[in-house]
Amino acid sequence: MKDWPKTFDLAVVGGGNAALCAAITAAEAGCTVLILEGAPQPYRGGNSRHTRNFRCMHRQPVFPLTGAYEEEEYLHDLMLVTKGKTDEGLARLAIRSSEECLPWMQQHGVRFQPSLSGTLSLSRTNAFFLGGGKALVNAYYNTAADLGVTVAYDAQVTHVHLDGDQITHLHADIAGVPVTVTARAFVLASGGFQADLDWLARAWGPAARNFLIRGTPYNRGVVLRDMLDQGAESVGDPTQCHAVAIDGRAPKFDGGIVTRLDCVPFSIVVNRDGDRFHDEGEDVWPKRYAIWGRLVAAQPDQVGYALIDAKSIDLFMPSVFPPVKADTVEELAAKLGLDPAPVRRTVDGFNAACRPGAFHPTELDGLGTEGLAVAKTNWARPLDTPPFYGYELRPGVTFTYLGLKVDDRAQVHSEAGPIRNLWAAGEIMAGSILGQGYLAGFGMTIGTVFGRIAGKEAAAHVA
Amino acid sequence: MSLDTAPDTAPVTSLGSFEEARRQIEICNACRYCEGFCSVFPAMTRQKAFADGDLTQLANLCHNCRGCYYACQYTAPHEFALNIPAALGEVRAESWERLARPQALARLFQSHGVAMAGLLAVALACFFWALAALKPETGAGFYAHLAHNTMVAIFVPAFLAPLGLIALSIRDYWRETGGGRVRLIHVLRALDSAARMKNLSGGHGEGCNFEQGDRFSDRRRVFHQLMMYGFLLCFAATASGTVMHYAFGWEAPYPLFSLPKLFGVPGGLMMVAGAAGLVWLKLRAERTLGAARVWGGEMAFILLLGAVALTGLALYAATGTGLTGPLLAIHLACVMVLFLLMPFSKMVHGFFRLAALTVEAGKPAPAGGGE
Ligand code: SF4
Ligand code: SF4
Repeated sequence: MKDWPKTFDLAVVGGGNAALCAAITAAEAGCTVLILEGAPQPYRGGNSRHTRNFRCMHRQPVFPLTGAYEEEEYLHDLMLVTKGKTDEGLARLAIRSSEECLPWMQQHGVRFQPSLSGTLSLSRTNAFFLGGGKALVNAYYNTAADLGVTVAYDAQVTHVHLDGDQITHLHADIAGVPVTVTARAFVLASGGFQADLDWLARAWGPAARNFLIRGTPYNRGVVLRDMLDQGAESVGDPTQCHAVAIDGRAPKFDGGIVTRLDCVPFSIVVNRDGDRFHDEGEDVWPKRYAIWGRLVAAQPDQVGYALIDAKSIDLFMPSVFPPVKADTVEELAAKLGLDPAPVRRTVDGFNAACRPGAFHPTELDGLGTEGLAVAKTNWARPLDTPPFYGYELRPGVTFTYLGLKVDDRAQVHSEAGPIRNLWAAGEIMAGSILGQGYLAGFGMTIGTVFGRIAGKEAAAHVA
Repeated sequence: MSLDTAPDTAPVTSLGSFEEARRQIEICNACRYCEGFCSVFPAMTRQKAFADGDLTQLANLCHNCRGCYYACQYTAPHEFALNIPAALGEVRAESWERLARPQALARLFQSHGVAMAGLLAVALACFFWALAALKPETGAGFYAHLAHNTMVAIFVPAFLAPLGLIALSIRDYWRETGGGRVRLIHVLRALDSAARMKNLSGGHGEGCNFEQGDRFSDRRRVFHQLMMYGFLLCFAATASGTVMHYAFGWEAPYPLFSLPKLFGVPGGLMMVAGAAGLVWLKLRAERTLGAARVWGGEMAFILLLGAVALTGLALYAATGTGLTGPLLAIHLACVMVLFLLMPFSKMVHGFFRLAALTVEAGKPAPAGGGE
């Protein structure tokens, strides 16, 4: 094992938004900083590459946000999705600090734009990055480079050595070469473990091997596991991950935004056996988006099929994959690899249960079915107008909940108390605040707020 | 358009340029993260499927700023292998070739700088011959070398005929891209975008990603505008000279404080600076993020513009010396090649760009998709 020739004030494990915010903050305070990014350079930035906005508190309109979005409303939105599974103190800290993050991000190279087309409902609450998350990541790497931060790519940290109440050094494989890195302070910002399918399978069950991973293949939770093994305090449900229903043809990893499917409210969704299993019209789509990952995961073979007819095919954002198309329901079922007979039966039963009434695609129209065991409570129109279209749905994992417990200074604790020179930021500690569900743009808020806190605390520690 | 025209998302190297651009644009249309960079992405959101004409229009709206390459989470080695600047660059270059007449000349000169150099050599030979053979009896300044009427007889058709060909190309472009009726307001909007090079601003005013990777720089915009406004000043110089000649009977050479010189000298200097800057940027920029096939032709075109300006300035500086004759031949040869190749070189991009911006101004505001 080689030793890195220099001892840094701060070593940051990870190379996404939280890691960069910590590194930049510490470097501006005068620290020498090393970033250990597990991915090779083209894939740097972890899941931040796939993000596109930042949920931000504000009291009056401020570019690019409209209106106002104050602490109580923000917290209320968070409580709704987490069903109260949050540390309110940390949540309020993240929400309050988000306001001052917006100018900070701009000072450090991030550029914003008004809401993207198709996401206008978020224009008040979420600030969109011009060019998306990878543009943000690029801007931060350039800022870090200008501040003299050293970056090692393809640097997989294998062990962070805890000795008593502090970290002494870490081990990493840098481009395949084992290296020991010593530093005075350490920040862990290396994400969750969702790309480790074995771990997912242990936590969730063997079905998890059929899940698709929406983000980076480099979040394998090696450092998280290592710290838990050394007695670091954990937070979040170790068996749960956040998953959404995405196009079944998406790549196993890294498919990102373009694999999402917004068609469910205008479809009937059947499982492998041709049966419906949940109300497709339960609520407006963004709110229901997240539950379909779990619903599909619970079906045989972890797969679902959304069936649509010609009336509804233009009502949702285009998907990157063209739908399977057929002139009859039977032909569509066969093309999707389903037994046509039960699908036909399900469609007939569904069509017979539809009632006449006004259909309004953009609001809860109350157009529901009658007399079905599994009702569709809105937007229920018979599937009767060829051509018919079908999409295969699979669970796409976004992130995992298990993480390191931190306090309001982002410090990591062991049973014996705080680890004196160790902080955590981003997905690796997000379970402290997001115990369940997800709120669009909140991951970037947690990463930015706690990344900056971790950087500041680390700098104060070594000063 | 039906939805099942969409090809697989996996890149296939044998795809034609339209197919490859379509494959990539459909990925973008499901993503839209780059919406703020330029007018390509908002225009894209108007449809779900893309006909060849739609792609031609998007390609001619693209300024090759490369912002959407560096910001893209799907560039190689990702299996989607996006490279929008190159894909649109190829469709763009091809559209200039396909819509030119004759196409073969465009194919030759768009991509082969050597061909342009060859034509220049021929033009040089002709003008040296012409200056020797047609030397007038009388005349002042460079008209002592080539009579005014002879110059007019040579250059007016050499200028107007290529313009006529370009007009035909633009008419075809209009058809292919479904442009509507031309309205003054749309033309003005297009001119405004071009005058400011809005689409090279990156959407945040800090410029593009042309020559220094994922860092933004305004250099390309600055050098391009030096070139463009320099060229327009030189054009104004020639136009004012023509008016003075015919309307006021005041013949060249003109003193420094006269319209042709007041336009021409700064214009020429701006063009030289612009050409030098654009050559420098082009050498630094990553070739794979554009239509690599036409790199040589583009480079030759910048050098030609620089040569036109430089020889024009040299001609002015050499007034009254024995160098006037040879410099005049060289300058006229450069100008001749520039004129003749207007429909067949990068010069045509200005016409297509204005057409694309005008077509775009005439379309309905892009609709937001539902999510
Ligand atoms: S270039 Fe990439 S990031 Fe930009 S819109 Fe297209 S797919 Fe999205
Ligand atoms: S290269 Fe620039 S101008 Fe061209 S499509 Fe991409 S962002 Fe737009």
